[in-house]
Amino acid sequence: MSEQVHTEHIVQPRTYLAIILTLLTLTGLTVYAAYINLGKFNIVVALAIATLKATLVVLFFMHAKYTQRRTQLVIIAGIFWLAILLFMTLSDYVSRIDYRGVRSPISRVTSRGTCPFS
Amino acid sequence: MHRTEELYGQFRTLEQQKDSASLGMWIFLVTEVMFFGGIMLAYAINRHTYFHAFAMGSNTLDLKLGGINTVVLLASSFTMAMAVWSSQVGKKPLISVFLTLTIILGFVFFGVKYIEYAQKFHHRLVPGRNFDITYCVNNPSNCEDVKPEELAVERKEIAEAQAADPDLNSHAQLYYSAYFGMTGLHALHMVIGAGLLLWLLRQSFAGRFTPQWNTPVDIVGLYWHFVDIVWIYLFPLLYLIDRHK
Repeated sequence: MSEQVHTEHIVQPRTYLAIILTLLTLTGLTVYAAYINLGKFNIVVALAIATLKATLVVLFFMHAKYTQRRTQLVIIAGIFWLAILLFMTLSDYVSRIDYRGVRSPISRVTSRGTCPFS
Repeated sequence: MHRTEELYGQFRTLEQQKDSASLGMWIFLVTEVMFFGGIMLAYAINRHTYFHAFAMGSNTLDLKLGGINTVVLLASSFTMAMAVWSSQVGKKPLISVFLTLTIILGFVFFGVKYIEYAQKFHHRLVPGRNFDITYCVNNPSNCEDVKPEELAVERKEIAEAQAADPDLNSHAQLYYSAYFGMTGLHALHMVIGAGLLLWLLRQSFAGRFTPQWNTPVDIVGLYWHFVDIVWIYLFPLLYLIDRHK
């Protein structure tokens, strides 16, 4: 009991270096992608790259890859809860039509007035 | 409380002590995810509803300054990770070096943010009664930091956006409210992080951190990386809405 066995996984500097270089490359890529007209998919690409970057930070900089299963479960539960917040609220906003037939409050502003799903 | 050197009485081993601290920090970070998640949700709804105004507002931001800050913050995450590594392998002087570098990069971020915020005040882009998205286009002499060719593009974009959304000015204020709200809360987290780093640095100079006990470095590291992740999302959401025109 008095002898401490140290089993902590130590991430090596070369891994950190590889991660930071990847993160910087992805930052350049997201700026580059923003200048290409992808229509609706600009935001999809931007968020996909951001999520990839965030995943790298969580797994390696924050050691989530090497931490205990219990902590990993907390992280996954947190992301899941965030998904509930975003997905349920946005699907409600996008799909709601009230009893007078008035479309959702999230409908877009255009010169001809509001126009949902455009 | 009973304590044997670094080991507090309620824990059996140092490893268990550290795992508990890490778990507690992650639970706190999950509450932070929900906190920023609510703001992101409000942003998403407004961005969808007033897309023209949000795109216009985004294009008035200085992408160069935002890009520099992204690089600075990512670099600070790297130096923070290296500080954690230095403490794990017992390289005591290196801990202080990397903590100092992280603090310096944090302050570079504040400096750039100050320049950006000041620019927005000069350009009348702060929500309130003086807010005017057309100010620079109509008063080029007061916006000398914006290049004439950029102003020409901006004039064209504002005309198009106004044709699509007659109430562009008030909706652009919503964008700038989101901008100041989100970047302001992010900066507040950075200020707290910088304070924590200074606190770590003092203990590091005193040689407190060893391979057996470096929990504060690890925990503050988790916090600093989380703040970095928030910026990873804020950068494309605020600066890159509609750059491809």
